[in-house]
Amino acid sequence: MNKMPETHYLNATKGIKSWLTTVDHKRIGILYLFSIMFFFFIGGMFAILLRLELLTPSELYIDSDTYNQFFTLHGAIMIFLFIIPAIPAILGNFVLPIMIGAKDVAFPRLNLASWYIYMFGSMFAVFSLVSGGVDTGWTFYTPYSTTTSTSVISMTLGAFILGFSSIFTGLNFIVTVHKLRSPGMTWFKMPLFAWGMYATALIQVLATPILGITLLLLIIERTVGIGIFDPAMGGDPVLYQHFFWFYSHPAVYIMILPGMAIISELITAHSHKKIFGYTAIAYSSLGIAFASFIVWGHHMFTSGQSELAAMIFSFLTFFVAIPSGIKVFNWIATLYKGSIAWTTPMLYTLAFLFLFSIGGLTGIFLGALSVDIHLHDTYFIVAHFHYVMVGGTVIAFLGGLHHWWPKMWGRMYNETQAKIACGLIFVGFNMTFFTQFIMGAKGMPRRYHLYDDVYRPFHAFSTYGSWVMAIGFFLMAYYLFRSLYVGKPAGDNPWGALTHEWSITSPPPEHNFESIPITEHGPYDYDKVVAKSTFTEK
Amino acid sequence: MDTTGTFWMPPANSTIASEVDALFYFILYASIIIFALVVGLSAYFAIKYKRRDGVEAINSKGLDHNVKLEIFWTVVPLILVMIVFVWGFQTYMKINVVPKDAYEIKVTGQKWFWSFDYPEGGNSVNEIVVPVNKPIKLLMDSKDVVHSFFVPEFRVKMDVLPNRYSITWFEATQVGEYNLFCTEFCGKGHSEMVGKVKVVSEEEFEKWSEDLAFSGEGMTLKDFGAKLYVSKACVTCHKIDGTNSTGPPWNNLFGKEEHLSDGTSVIVDENYIRESILNPMAKITAGYQAVMPTFQGILKDKQIDALIAYIKSLQEDKSLIQDESSQEDESLKNE
Repeated sequence: MNKMPETHYLNATKGIKSWLTTVDHKRIGILYLFSIMFFFFIGGMFAILLRLELLTPSELYIDSDTYNQFFTLHGAIMIFLFIIPAIPAILGNFVLPIMIGAKDVAFPRLNLASWYIYMFGSMFAVFSLVSGGVDTGWTFYTPYSTTTSTSVISMTLGAFILGFSSIFTGLNFIVTVHKLRSPGMTWFKMPLFAWGMYATALIQVLATPILGITLLLLIIERTVGIGIFDPAMGGDPVLYQHFFWFYSHPAVYIMILPGMAIISELITAHSHKKIFGYTAIAYSSLGIAFASFIVWGHHMFTSGQSELAAMIFSFLTFFVAIPSGIKVFNWIATLYKGSIAWTTPMLYTLAFLFLFSIGGLTGIFLGALSVDIHLHDTYFIVAHFHYVMVGGTVIAFLGGLHHWWPKMWGRMYNETQAKIACGLIFVGFNMTFFTQFIMGAKGMPRRYHLYDDVYRPFHAFSTYGSWVMAIGFFLMAYYLFRSLYVGKPAGDNPWGALTHEWSITSPPPEHNFESIPITEHGPYDYDKVVAKSTFTEK
Repeated sequence: MDTTGTFWMPPANSTIASEVDALFYFILYASIIIFALVVGLSAYFAIKYKRRDGVEAINSKGLDHNVKLEIFWTVVPLILVMIVFVWGFQTYMKINVVPKDAYEIKVTGQKWFWSFDYPEGGNSVNEIVVPVNKPIKLLMDSKDVVHSFFVPEFRVKMDVLPNRYSITWFEATQVGEYNLFCTEFCGKGHSEMVGKVKVVSEEEFEKWSEDLAFSGEGMTLKDFGAKLYVSKACVTCHKIDGTNSTGPPWNNLFGKEEHLSDGTSVIVDENYIRESILNPMAKITAGYQAVMPTFQGILKDKQIDALIAYIKSLQEDKSLIQDESSQEDESLKNE
């Protein structure tokens, strides 16, 4: 039986104040964990309420205005308050410095500031939620967003402020990766999680200011009446769409690259196999980061942009598909001849391969110009981005959470319950969203409160699926909280993995390492080093 | 007539629809093969190499990279997506380039209905009637926010913008009625901004064009109004069963005292209704948003008269109606 270490970062100092003024990257990760999961819960509740309303083609229990606010809040909260910060701010903060053998991030105070800015920005979002809601969709398309009477300003201001939090985290990670790698850790001995975080940080720093400025212009137009996007004042609404997607397409990769980064870690740690094609995966992260900036026009194939622009954007879009494909093939090749443990993180990894493949392949339909004309703004799109964002990012995030949970808290969750929850989420997710591909291809438009009766069976099935998924998430919340109190101590290295974080105690000591560790082997050198797993169920 | 479509796609009833579907199914089958490989191999490896006591992973040389294999799985998908790109672009150009002999209809989108102006004069609301087997060019713009014109069975979609014209076209191959959806979110009535495309034979279309100038001959004003209530999309926002919608309900409205958002009030009479139709922003009923578009240029005088007569007929308390002609209407109906 393992024992918990006597002192660690969780009990090194005590009291609320020690948490609110902490500059320890691990504690900041925990602060983010609770605040981000709170908003995940809120966003999730809106999803459940939306699906319930869509059970029937006519009005069930909310009117169109309320419905429009619910889907806007679901989208805005999930995107800006959950999925963009989730992996970098929670797992990145907690793991990245330890992984590269550092005692903290490069700018610990900036790191704490980014959390306070996140909380500050989230207040604006909460304010718009209670002050009458927002009904523009998370995209805030003009001129609707400049003319509607709902709380657009506080929501966009919130997103504007949250952008700074995102930029600070990105900046911190870039410098940390450049300057704080432990002796012996060359760029190509870095864990792929660090590569993924680095590529993500680059996009965060370069793309987020564009969203900031765009939303600021929108606020200026609404408050001061300077016509930028509203044609009634001489502006151009399509200009807004260009600005918006010039950020929001790269933002899609702010969301998915960290998920890919996690999968690279999980697939090796739980199969004790050296990663296949390390350099290809590392470079493909950078390739994706770069390409993500030049494909935004594929969100606008029906906006009336010129045929030439549409052609170029379609062409470039297909090039983004290639590095993502390469990663998937590399991960599968990694499994070959491995020693695959059927742990919860590995189940999430397999679920990721399944769901992300569907998400990626359905992207091909949307990149093809003629097919996109038909599918654009239907449920096919809704299903596609949920397969990528939930089936990809959220599933990877959950896998990562279960992978590093014993490191965070020193205790293991109940594996049986965890596997059941994973199964429920996987089945529920497919029930909810696969049906949406079919009804979307059949023409069901997105953001519809009322709909034609022919789509009814699809909507009903989708709603049942959302309930299955919800049960899975509640079960997860239950066993994770429970593990904090009754979980068995996990030991330093429950998975027998090789990256630095598994060489220190669980939970880690306050300053991670007594002395800066020397990196002597690659992160996946399972052929050279054997690390024994410190945990067994029995 | 193709009424069922395939498992994935709605019926294909325009000249380009089957071309779009062909590419859709090409991508679908290619994807299924790739997906089966990805998931099949993952599952096979996960089972075959499941961790067993005393069996270590095999990390011999050459298992961590393989240049030939990596080139293979880069180049093959690249070729596949390039085929998809060229194919998609070719059909896209057909969707975008309007044939020279196309019949042009002006489409206007506004919250939350569609209106259509025909070259011969005359217009229709929420129902666009077109001849079969003839290319139809749509010249579109919006009076307020961005909308999008989408007919699933024709595979045609184009945004409708407030500050410039957008153009698309289609040629229907089957007589019938098809849904026309707005697919760019435009506010409260977005999901009710649903029109019909009615595809008719050449002869029927000519007859319909003549009828377009129809001004209710042979109908009572009230019945003509009832027809306009549906065909001009008043029904989207004004109910006649007393329920509140985007606008005030019409039943028991005439003669009533309405409280306005500026604190004053007004008696609903003929002139008030006429003003509300032509200049809806002049007086806003308290409790409702100022969202009604003007029908100036869409409704003719005779049609406004008809709508007023219809609203009167919905007043159950006849003492509020002085106009005798409409009461005669009512008594005629009762007989």
